[in-house]
Amino acid sequence: MKEENKKVQILEFEKPIYKIQDKIEELKKTSADTNINYDSEIKKLEEQTKIYKKELYQKLEPYQKLQIARHPQRPNFMDYVHFICEDFIELHGDRHGFDDKAIIGGVASIEGRAVMLIGTMKGKSTKENLECNFGMPQPQGYRKALRLFEHANRFNLPIITLIDTMGAYPGMMAEETGQGEAIATNLKEMAKLEVPTIAVVTGEGCSGGALGLAVSNKVMILEHAYYTVISPEGCASILWKDSSMARVATDALKITGDDLLQYGIVDEVIKEPTGGAHYNAQEMAQNLKKSLVESLKEFEGMSPEELRNQRYSKFRAMGVFAQ
Amino acid sequence: MTLTDWFNKRKMQQIAARDNDVHIDDSIGKLWTLCYNCSSQLPKKDLENNLMVCPNCDYHFRIGARQRIDLISDKDSFCEMYQEIKPCDPLNFVDTQSYPSRQEAAHAKSGLDDAVVVGTCTIEGQKTAIAVMDFEYMGGSMGSVVGEKITRILEYALLNKLPSIVFTASGGARMQESALSLMQMAKTSCIVAKLNEAKLLYITVLTEPTFGGVTASFGTIGDIIIAEKGARIGFAGRRVIEQTIRQKLPADFQTAEYLLKCGQIDFIVERKDMKEKLSKLIYLHTKK
Repeated sequence: MKEENKKVQILEFEKPIYKIQDKIEELKKTSADTNINYDSEIKKLEEQTKIYKKELYQKLEPYQKLQIARHPQRPNFMDYVHFICEDFIELHGDRHGFDDKAIIGGVASIEGRAVMLIGTMKGKSTKENLECNFGMPQPQGYRKALRLFEHANRFNLPIITLIDTMGAYPGMMAEETGQGEAIATNLKEMAKLEVPTIAVVTGEGCSGGALGLAVSNKVMILEHAYYTVISPEGCASILWKDSSMARVATDALKITGDDLLQYGIVDEVIKEPTGGAHYNAQEMAQNLKKSLVESLKEFEGMSPEELRNQRYSKFRAMGVFAQ
Repeated sequence: MTLTDWFNKRKMQQIAARDNDVHIDDSIGKLWTLCYNCSSQLPKKDLENNLMVCPNCDYHFRIGARQRIDLISDKDSFCEMYQEIKPCDPLNFVDTQSYPSRQEAAHAKSGLDDAVVVGTCTIEGQKTAIAVMDFEYMGGSMGSVVGEKITRILEYALLNKLPSIVFTASGGARMQESALSLMQMAKTSCIVAKLNEAKLLYITVLTEPTFGGVTASFGTIGDIIIAEKGARIGFAGRRVIEQTIRQKLPADFQTAEYLLKCGQIDFIVERKDMKEKLSKLIYLHTKK
């Protein structure tokens, strides 16, 4: 992948680590220039960095995770296709006059298993992002996904969806052609599928736009990804009337994998490489692949009826109320 | 006096004057209402007698769940169900107020325990399962209680082979329940899938306003989708769209009439005709 050679963009909260690392480099250089031995100092500093790094990444605040989830270099759908699939044949179009590039799907092979792989696509450059509309699907994208769900159902292919979206696109055409209806129909039709369905939130899982691909037998989330009903910025501007309260809203919304696991909204949190998926896309993809293959095995041998019942009861049980 | 002082003083005077106006309005407010659409002063009694529809411009005022039920069900036929389901605060959510205090305020304002009332009634003699949302309770937002009550009444319809009608009025998902409220979209859509398979009639009536999570779940997957006259219906809010596409939207964008042109709804009904239309629809779909 081209991106591997690129320098990783450092997030604000990571800067202290890189300051120490710069200092180490500086010492190494001075040591070479002046022949004074700074080895012990360097070693000490390196130890310190290691400890600091470990502490920092182990105790990430939700708001810091949010920034990792949104990192511009975070692996996208095509990166995962590259690392996970032996084969991938993309299938285009909703058959009603549109091919939404924000949702990509196709038949694929993962460790010898044939599956239908569908996901939202985010670009890494402005050009790519303009093409895929920054990963925000139009109704036609959801309808393309629905067509592929039905195709998979016909040919008994398990369905894997990878989700990383700020939400369904809020535009004029989207409203005119039924953004709400497209998502709602997917929710309803996903409930009826007779093949195993597995959804993974790989980055941003915002609102109905994410759920429209995630009424699945198993829902997983990457360690630093988030899944929420509204973006923290949106929530802050509505409830606090102040979008700068986004950090507080992020905490309040309980959007991290561990929180969601506790409320039964996701079934598994998939570990990311130290610092986040963008530091090592390949390692991330391997972790993801392992979880996907294991999940596929879980549903092997279940009848269509059992699959539907499992999915139905899972979502039926969601919600907390008094009675 | 500096110029700033002068402005401040003037501002204070204006605020004081406005407060006085409000005071005057209050005494009038008991008897008169201003139509949001045509700005005419309407005697409240007249408005109520006209089903909360402006006699001058036909603007349909929002109505509460109980009032709606009275309008469409046969007299004394409504039997409320699942009232025991009440909201709690699973995330300990606090914004400028805590979620429980918002619930209390909403209860005081609407007289309801959450934003939906469900049960069975007869409509011109035909037994029907109905769910009616109420915008007065936290903007009709969908949290766990709304999702659960709608799911239960539709399950009841499934079990008893009844036609069902849902009246929506909602700003969207309930943010205070975060992902739990998002999952209500999945839950309610899953039960509609079962109604489809059982070939039971499921009608949705979209009323002012219906947005967000309700539009993107049980609201728009009715076998028949009706909109009440003038209702604003959409997925994203108008302001969000304008900010995203950086242009002004047409004035009638996201109205029932606009959506009818876009092929998104089956037809528009005026409030006075609602019961008759629903009754006919049920009759035409269920007669043997």
